[in-house]
Amino acid sequence: MNTCMERLKNGIITENPTFVMMLGMCPTLAVTSSAINGLGMGLTTTVVLALSNIFISLLRKVIPDKVRIPAFIVIVASFVTIIQLLLKAYLPFLDSALGVYIPLIVVNCIILGRAEAYASKNPVLASAFDGLGMGLGFTFGLTCIGICREILGAGAIFGKEFIPDDFHITFFVLAPGAFLVLAFLTAIQNKLKLPSATNTGTDDSLSCGGNCASCVGASCVANKGIIEAERTAAKAAKAQAAKEAAARAKAAKEAKAAQEAAEKKED
Amino acid sequence: MSNLLNISSSPHVRDKSSTKSIMWDVFLALMPATIFGIYNFSVRAKDINAVLLIVVCIATCVLTEYIWQKAMKLPLTVSDGSAALTGLLLALNLSSTFPVWMAILGSVFAILIVKQLFGGLGQNFMNPALGARCFLMVSFAGQMTSFTYDGVTGATPLAMIKNGSGDPQLIDMFLGTIGGTIGETSTLALLIGAAYLLYRKIISWKIPVCYIVTFAVFALLFGGHGADMGYLAKELCGGGLILGAFFMATDYVTSPITPKGQIVFGILLGILTGVFRIFGASAEGVSYAIIICNLLVPLIERVTIPVPFGKEGIKDGK
Repeated sequence: MNTCMERLKNGIITENPTFVMMLGMCPTLAVTSSAINGLGMGLTTTVVLALSNIFISLLRKVIPDKVRIPAFIVIVASFVTIIQLLLKAYLPFLDSALGVYIPLIVVNCIILGRAEAYASKNPVLASAFDGLGMGLGFTFGLTCIGICREILGAGAIFGKEFIPDDFHITFFVLAPGAFLVLAFLTAIQNKLKLPSATNTGTDDSLSCGGNCASCVGASCVANKGIIEAERTAAKAAKAQAAKEAAARAKAAKEAKAAQEAAEKKED
Repeated sequence: MSNLLNISSSPHVRDKSSTKSIMWDVFLALMPATIFGIYNFSVRAKDINAVLLIVVCIATCVLTEYIWQKAMKLPLTVSDGSAALTGLLLALNLSSTFPVWMAILGSVFAILIVKQLFGGLGQNFMNPALGARCFLMVSFAGQMTSFTYDGVTGATPLAMIKNGSGDPQLIDMFLGTIGGTIGETSTLALLIGAAYLLYRKIISWKIPVCYIVTFAVFALLFGGHGADMGYLAKELCGGGLILGAFFMATDYVTSPITPKGQIVFGILLGILTGVFRIFGASAEGVSYAIIICNLLVPLIERVTIPVPFGKEGIKDGK
């Protein structure tokens, strides 16, 4: 059970797909013009993510390594089709609001990323919770952006208008507003020193944060030795350069002092 | 040691101009248009709003920059006048009946988001005043395009020409006794300011001349009025073309530094303005043309780097 809670926390906070990993930017920017759209998109993705993670984890020993990506896509696409038909039947307003972005969930990089990085290597229950956590993190991100944009741009929250028409800033409902709100929310998160794509806390020279224990990328693990060696060499070179510079500065100072003394003598 | 024998590294040619002096020169050059705008929209119409907009925009811009730099513990650059100039330019780009609180919002956007978040003066990727104008245009299209002149709400001369809903007199458009934004109406006042800037060598002729000539050629070719000089003159005097060409397209930070690049920049501006005005939905297109070209400046500069003296004809260091 511990793994499950850890997976949930990882998805929602530590590796939040929107604010930390900056994944799935296309739906993030496109459909968050209102809180309900963000929430709807997030929950739809969550369902697809959890289901596809479960199935990919179940089939992980059956799928040959060489054709795993097409296999993942087939599984994800099946679920997306099911969800889209369900939305059309029971929530037609959400279906029309999200439009083409629902079929596009098939190629959402969060889903393929979790399938590749987690579900294809881990047991079913943990994969299910991983998908759920990531999905909820995505939902949280989209809803936050949606709420901000809706308040500023349409003066409402979840469709309940509380600011009169004259004070709506249409800018925030349009595409540039999406970029601006996302940037500000990420900036706040950076300021608060939460982990993020640009603020990893542990090591800034590696994009993954250098935390190899939690990493599943085989190539990175293999390269760790080389990377470490390179880093040590760079550090040594830097120290050497600093030492030389200090020596040079000292020599220059002495020369200057000698010159000044000589000038004084001439006077 | 004698002063004559001072040895220093280049540049050896000294000039008294500084960021501050240039900003205040541009400020001064805008005064004819500002004063005429105040006369036209406040004194004559007995409506304080135009004066209020100018004062509020300048004050908000300066205050925003001051507070931001204080809060971020940056060196204060308020006294160089760049923020005040941004405020004035923004106010001149607004309709005289524009709500004051929206102007405050626009000023904060100009300084905080377009200028300071990108690193302050010299780092802004587009003209702050125009960035804010486009932000306001997108957000409050209704208020931005509602123009009142002498108590009568009507279309701008450009819009009248475009929809054929009226025939503004050329002399009114040249002198400025007609509707429009606070600073754009009087071509004469703007040209006086432009002449001062050219005389003081604050701006070079390249960008404005290329801009206006290209636009004129474009309007003659595609305007649909043939070789009608009256139409052409009205297109040139109407809207923000003169204000944009002399005062905003020539902004040092957001225009190319290379001479060839300035010509390319001017031509691009002319073509884009023509496309927006003649084929676009709106009658005006100067501000969008300028901010789009602002974004192209790094590319323009990269392909127009001049060859160093003595290297002509030598390729690849051979």
